[in-house]
Amino acid sequence: MSERVPILQIGDILLVSIQTDLDDQSVLNLQDDLAARVVESAAHGVVIDISAVEIVDSFVGRMLATIAAISRMLDAETVVVGMRPAVAITLVELGLSLGGVSTALNLDLGLRLLERARGGRDGLTAEPTAS
Amino acid sequence: MADPDNSRQLIDLLSADAEDLSAEWVRIVSTTLRGRVSTAEIDQELRELYSALLAALRTGSLAAKDDAFAEVRALLTELSRTRARQGFTPSETAISVFALKQALEPALAKDPDGGSLRSYLQLSSLLDDLGLFTVETYARAREELISSQSEQLLELSTPVVKLWDGVICVPLVGTLDSARTMVVMEKMLQALIDTGSEQAIIDITGVPAVDTQVAQHLLKTVVAARLMGAECTISGIRPQIAQTIVALGIDFGDIATKASLADALRHALRRSGIEIGRRGDRVAK
Repeated sequence: MSERVPILQIGDILLVSIQTDLDDQSVLNLQDDLAARVVESAAHGVVIDISAVEIVDSFVGRMLATIAAISRMLDAETVVVGMRPAVAITLVELGLSLGGVSTALNLDLGLRLLERARGGRDGLTAEPTAS
Repeated sequence: MADPDNSRQLIDLLSADAEDLSAEWVRIVSTTLRGRVSTAEIDQELRELYSALLAALRTGSLAAKDDAFAEVRALLTELSRTRARQGFTPSETAISVFALKQALEPALAKDPDGGSLRSYLQLSSLLDDLGLFTVETYARAREELISSQSEQLLELSTPVVKLWDGVICVPLVGTLDSARTMVVMEKMLQALIDTGSEQAIIDITGVPAVDTQVAQHLLKTVVAARLMGAECTISGIRPQIAQTIVALGIDFGDIATKASLADALRHALRRSGIEIGRRGDRVAK
């Protein structure tokens, strides 16, 4: 039995905070759960927080890309936040560039990025009062 | 080896004119060092060494590696380390030990007895061992010095500077190799997290040459920063370097490159949504 990663909902954004190093089964479970939750909640943004993850292999790297692609199919933008320097270096050494995945330094910047992306995409929302 | 009779003669010889011998020793050593160390300092060092040597010989041992010579070795270690740090050559260091033989010579001339010649030879081989020990310690001290300096250099030459809120800069100076690039990379990525900056500028004004390997390192750094959610600009590309990069066929892809740090800063600020202009321009609008 592998444990399930909790998926939290804040407004119309889903927050996945990965707190442990994942094994392959829990990665697949997360993929299933997340796809179901995106449809269920009609979320338009997914934030995956990996600030607690110390080891990333090519499988997890591909998982992040896959989740981003699935979410985009369901009209939700994915942002990966809080990647550690060591993890970033490992991914580069592995030759993975996570194409198509947006990244942000921390959760705050990630949420802002989603907001901006949504503002650009959704013409119906009120114009922000900045000038 | 430790023939008690010979040892005795040796000790007699050394302790009889202890004052004269060590004075002569100090004189010879200070002539070779030509006033770069004060005579008082040499005097103190060598007299301590002399009495330690005498004490060790009194135990009847003649092997430099014996426990009896532990104090002599400790004093010699201290001496060679000091000399290494002051920038003396290995021979100038070893002469401090060998000069004792020279100092003993007149004492031998006074005594034509064959016995003291034999003990002199034994002492000579002991001093040779101690001299070699000095040179070895000197070399080790020098190596330690060099490695600690290169570490310091590594630390010194990779500062991460904050240029603006959300903009950091890494000015690179000197040749880039894999080890240095790793340090730069890690420091920069950590600084991105610590300062919450989304823009980084790598300034290569101080890098003398860019080859395919250096370019590869730079590209990796930029990609790693992107993975973490930050954008990198490479600045300070001199005309010759631009030519080399093109000639080598290196593709920087969609990475922003600027000629000067000022251009890169302006670019980074614009990307983070900060517009800079003269006060007059804004009024005119």
